[in-house]
Amino acid sequence: MLLSLKNISKTYPGVKALAGVDFDLAKGEVHALVGENGAGKSTLMRILAGAETRDEGEIFLEGTRVEIPSPLKAQELGISMIFQEFNLIPYLSVAENIFLGRPPVKGLFKLVDWKTMRARARYLLEQLRIELEVTDAIENLSVAQQQMIAIARALSLRSRILIMDEPSATLTQFELENLFTLIRRLKGQGLGIVYISHRLEEVFRIADRVTVLRDAQRIGSHLISQINRHILIREMVGRELTEEYPYQCREKGPTVLIVQNLTSGTKLTDISFTLYRNEILGLTGLVGAGKTELARAIFGDLPRERGEIIFNGKRVTIRSPAEAIRLGIGLVPEDRKRQGLLLGMKVRENISLADLYQLTRLGIINLVQERSEARKYIDYLKIKTPSTEQLIKNLSGGTQQKVALAKWLFTRCRLLILDEPTRGIDIGGKIEIYHLLNGLVDQGIGIIMISSELPEILGMCDRILVMSRGRLAGELSHDEATQEQIMYYAAGRGLN
Amino acid sequence: MFEKYGIILALALEIIIFSLLSENFFTADNLLNVTNQATFIAIIAVGMTFVIISAGIDLSVGSVFALVGIITAGVLTLDITPLWLRLPLALLAGLAVGLCAGLFSGLMISRFNVAPFIATLAMMTICRGLASLSPPIFGHGLKIQSTISGLPGAFGAIGKGHILGIPAPVIVMVVVYVIGGVVLHQSRLGRYTYAIGGNEEAARLSGIDVRRVKLLVYILCGGLTALSGIILASKMGVGDPKVGVLYELDAIAAVVIGGTTLMGGRGSMLGTFIGAMIIQVLYNGLNLVGVSSFLQKVIIGIVILAAVLIDQIKKKT
Repeated sequence: MLLSLKNISKTYPGVKALAGVDFDLAKGEVHALVGENGAGKSTLMRILAGAETRDEGEIFLEGTRVEIPSPLKAQELGISMIFQEFNLIPYLSVAENIFLGRPPVKGLFKLVDWKTMRARARYLLEQLRIELEVTDAIENLSVAQQQMIAIARALSLRSRILIMDEPSATLTQFELENLFTLIRRLKGQGLGIVYISHRLEEVFRIADRVTVLRDAQRIGSHLISQINRHILIREMVGRELTEEYPYQCREKGPTVLIVQNLTSGTKLTDISFTLYRNEILGLTGLVGAGKTELARAIFGDLPRERGEIIFNGKRVTIRSPAEAIRLGIGLVPEDRKRQGLLLGMKVRENISLADLYQLTRLGIINLVQERSEARKYIDYLKIKTPSTEQLIKNLSGGTQQKVALAKWLFTRCRLLILDEPTRGIDIGGKIEIYHLLNGLVDQGIGIIMISSELPEILGMCDRILVMSRGRLAGELSHDEATQEQIMYYAAGRGLN
Repeated sequence: MFEKYGIILALALEIIIFSLLSENFFTADNLLNVTNQATFIAIIAVGMTFVIISAGIDLSVGSVFALVGIITAGVLTLDITPLWLRLPLALLAGLAVGLCAGLFSGLMISRFNVAPFIATLAMMTICRGLASLSPPIFGHGLKIQSTISGLPGAFGAIGKGHILGIPAPVIVMVVVYVIGGVVLHQSRLGRYTYAIGGNEEAARLSGIDVRRVKLLVYILCGGLTALSGIILASKMGVGDPKVGVLYELDAIAAVVIGGTTLMGGRGSMLGTFIGAMIIQVLYNGLNLVGVSSFLQKVIIGIVILAAVLIDQIKKKT
């Protein structure tokens, strides 16, 4: 075995994060680590990466017992963790980032040897078949490209073990394929890879083995060939889940929104579609296809040059989010923490923020009424918070997303656009969100769900729009849509 | 509990220590005196609290404070109108100067994306210069930087008057804090201020007119600075272009000691009041004990650091 963790325990004040967990990894193996949020995956891997100390247990690297008190020591031992934020410096070049903190030097004064650095960076990228200039600044790269650079950096450290924490969270299907190709190549070179993900499709495609953690304990480890999705989910959640995608077939209602020839700079070109009541309309495509931009344009946050929006039978001009909200349009942005919610503010304050006018008289907020409204939505959406006064940052991702939903329900919106509503949320939380969305549709709220996670789009949406390079490339119904067809349109082959 | 009342405890502790060190400290006269002296910084700090919670900063308040005094005094000494008209006119002129300074900084920051530090730094030097240039315009000596004296006695009521034995400035300050507290903690504007300071993008996507809120907090800060400047001119009986130097730093210190972070999104009005009092009590107490003014500065600096450090440690645990 390349690596064995034995009987690892860790207790935080008041919480048992890990209770005697075993984990091992062979050379050339991809070992997936799955479990709900708070199961202990991150803690276990942070201990391995030297970012956290354990209370009990032992770590063996190729049979030798090792201590990993710091990330530096982990690095020396050949253990690298690729975090969700890649820890790259945006203004520096690719080569500088790869050799960050340990650039090759020359001469008496130990000045940076730029030539050697670039040459070595170029060689590394070639090996990984990453087609990028080593002098490019990181800030000009896509998220997927940045991730590749983070991996390249790990390899330049002669890593033997690579820990990837939710590597696919911000990638599209297409970019994911590239990542998988790269992972397979690294496997071939004998690296051991720990793959943490909420997306089971990926686990089944890339992993050799899977270990399930639940409530700080290891529930089981299985060869991927000897387990199926159903059992895996049961082990993760600890109970039977009826359906992963609770799709409901409904009668198409009257139109809610008609978008005609919407154009905005180079980002959106000539987009036309219709949203009906009683449906969830899916919107998907590669990163950069313009999904988020389309949402922002409808929401008045992206200026549009041409095109019309007809909402509830009336032609409207929306020049700002405030105007959109007044008309009854809501947007749950893709980045919950940076765009959707105010982490340092209370649940109550977040719920009421988008429509404080309901609660104010002469500019003064009625705090009693605000509290009772917040309580109403906490009950209705079953938001797991100790009180209306809890700060958002102390809540789990799924719970935060429910607060984001509550915020828009409070505005009594008639159209809700959700941008990647289940990103980073565990399976139990996802299913709850899906049920809530079904409930909203039943109340007559029109829903546009943007997602780059195809199983979710295929599982939940009545109709699917596929975007490619700022255009609408195709439309599919729930019954006819397949993953292959969506990819065909997403690659732009539906366009002439 | 400590989170909320720690700073009040700190002030209480400070008062107890000085009471033990000097028998002249804990007397009704002295305490009233300290409070009265605190009003200038304390009133400015109300506006500064809004600005800092919105993740901004206003370095111009000290200079605006001086300019307001000069303009108010200047208008008061113009002989062209009867006094009953001149008095309200002067007050309005002073107030307008503060509001306009805030408006200008606010426009630079909200419309043209100038960093608050830079916009208000520019405003700081502009207003200090204007304050020095103004006296000759009102016909007071040919020298720039001269003071404007000979203000009508009635004007002194604002700064020197008493109501039921309490100095008028103290009453003004209390009213400002009560209204400021309600606006910050219970009004839509206050909530929006926290929101844009906490996360500007999330605030914008919640339909908040970020630019308008920013503009308003700088105007508010300018207006309150003007109020403070008018009170000082009234109390001194002169307009002096050299007053208020480094007041911006005292006001910022009061806000920060009061638990508001310069990162924005967090803070309270009560905290700012206590912060302003902690600073003033420190000056007063150290004076009574006979500590030199230079050593006082060192001590104030340490107190600011201690307040922020304690805040950091509290956040970690």
